[in-house]
Amino acid sequence: MTTSMAVSIRKQIGWTFSDTMVITHRNLLRYVRLPQLVAFFTIQPIMFVLLFYYVFGGAIDVGNVKYIDYLLPGVFIQTALFGSTQTGVGLADDLSKGMIDRFRSLPMARSAVLGGRILADSVRTAFVVLLMIGVGTLVGFRFHDGPLNAVAVIGLAVLCGSVFSWVSAFVGVSVREPETAQVAGFLWVFPVVFISSVFVPVEGMPGWLQVYAEISPVTVTVDTLRALALGGEVTPSLWQSLAWMAGIVAVFAPLAIYRYRRIS
Amino acid sequence: MIDRHTVKQGSAAITVEEVRKSFGAVQALDGVNLVVPHGRVLGLLGPNGAGKTTLVRILTTLLSPDSGRAWVAGLDVVRDASTLRSIIGLAGQYAAVDPNLTGRENLEMVGRLYHLGRKESRHRAGELLERFALAEAAHRGAKTYSGGMRRRLDLAASLVSHPQVLFLDEPTAGLDPRSRIGLWDVIRDLAKDGTTVLLTTQYMEEADQLADTITVIDKGRVIAEGTSEELKGHCGGEMLRIRVSDRTQTDTAAQEVSKLGTDAPNVAQEMGQISLPVNGGASILAEVVRRLDAAGVAIKDIALQQPTLDDVFLALTGHMADISLEDDQMASDGEGRDV
Repeated sequence: MTTSMAVSIRKQIGWTFSDTMVITHRNLLRYVRLPQLVAFFTIQPIMFVLLFYYVFGGAIDVGNVKYIDYLLPGVFIQTALFGSTQTGVGLADDLSKGMIDRFRSLPMARSAVLGGRILADSVRTAFVVLLMIGVGTLVGFRFHDGPLNAVAVIGLAVLCGSVFSWVSAFVGVSVREPETAQVAGFLWVFPVVFISSVFVPVEGMPGWLQVYAEISPVTVTVDTLRALALGGEVTPSLWQSLAWMAGIVAVFAPLAIYRYRRIS
Repeated sequence: MIDRHTVKQGSAAITVEEVRKSFGAVQALDGVNLVVPHGRVLGLLGPNGAGKTTLVRILTTLLSPDSGRAWVAGLDVVRDASTLRSIIGLAGQYAAVDPNLTGRENLEMVGRLYHLGRKESRHRAGELLERFALAEAAHRGAKTYSGGMRRRLDLAASLVSHPQVLFLDEPTAGLDPRSRIGLWDVIRDLAKDGTTVLLTTQYMEEADQLADTITVIDKGRVIAEGTSEELKGHCGGEMLRIRVSDRTQTDTAAQEVSKLGTDAPNVAQEMGQISLPVNGGASILAEVVRRLDAAGVAIKDIALQQPTLDDVFLALTGHMADISLEDDQMASDGEGRDV
């Protein structure tokens, strides 16, 4: 490789990074400036923590841990996944408003539109998880296995959200209408989140449902988060969770990129 | 009329050769040829569904042609797409501005994505906001802007990097007459600076006002090109427009006056309107009035006019360049876009 090629590749990477940052910043501004989104991403998670805690807390037997300690890792994942539906809504919104046309006519890195969207959504998920930890702490939630594990919990929740953002991105660039993307998002996110150990132990579900619930990506991820937060055996659920995530990205990232490239 | 064979690609700002593009069964472009010299304003005129937007999308690298080639500023729109993007500007059919950003933030973002750098982006945004009379609204969210302001911001965004060639796809669609005229002034100024502009429109008046040369396209093909005067020459001399009071008498009236024209009259029964190409001006006007009076047809309105581009379009295509195709557009194109 000649020096000038190396320089030009380095330059290219630099621009890709810079473009992605510009788009990420722009997407984050949308979250801050639209009142309905601010509510969706702040009030709703707080509401979920408090509702599930006070309404279900007395009724659900989760063994010998406090329900808030059991609940919160589940709500992290639930919120991360619900939030990931907005990746598709945002992309469909940009498509229907002609923003993607504008971006595609600029000499920017094409990957920055998808990358900047998913990165912004990951930042938002991190913010929401921190917010819920704050609220959870007020009603008795504690990390039982040290600050390092607490960081791992946050990291894994954010990672999980960004993985499902690819599913959502695929939906968004396929349907192209923000309203449709919203509805389509709820169609996949509800079963994926609820048929799992997010709110209740899977043992209580009917046998046929348990078969899926036990191996679902949400269950293994939530189990990992619980093990990290409460103290316990992290493997093998961590490996199962990471395998699921790798698999989902391997399928949906190429699909989303393929769809995005075919926009005409 | 420009003879494209005498203009070598590279010496013209835009060259299009035999470009075809279809979407499923819809042949959006059916062998388009086009040349725009440097520094000229070309008006691409045609009804909805004519293929105007498809051509713009191909020339701005958003879409690849099925066959044929095109060059903008000497660069192949397919092979040199990424280089080309840094020297063109596009203002599309939608005012593609981010409603959640302020006017200034919108322009700075576009500057950053043109890789102008933070400082230069800020400087350029300020310049353009000033130029497009948006300085006062610069710190307001674009969603609070009026339609005209959003269009101006969109146009400003397309100019951030001093493009050599500017593509404006129906820049005044949906604007009120006052904003439209305001935008025309802006486009005229750009042309004065020497920017090559390709402008699509369905408004005859707009092409007439802004373009040096006009290319008329219909059903994906170029059906005429020339200056506004040349195109009007297609229609012969003047046009006599008659509107009758009672629409049921339209045909009677048409029969009465048809012999006075240089060509058959065009009759729009539902509007009670007759357009008749004539030669001889005022004397014919008097004769028409006499004949219609004798036939007992009451005239609501009568006027002698220079042919408009509407007449040209009608003469060329046999159908009105009407906007009533709008519904077909949605049906024929799943993306809800003009093809």
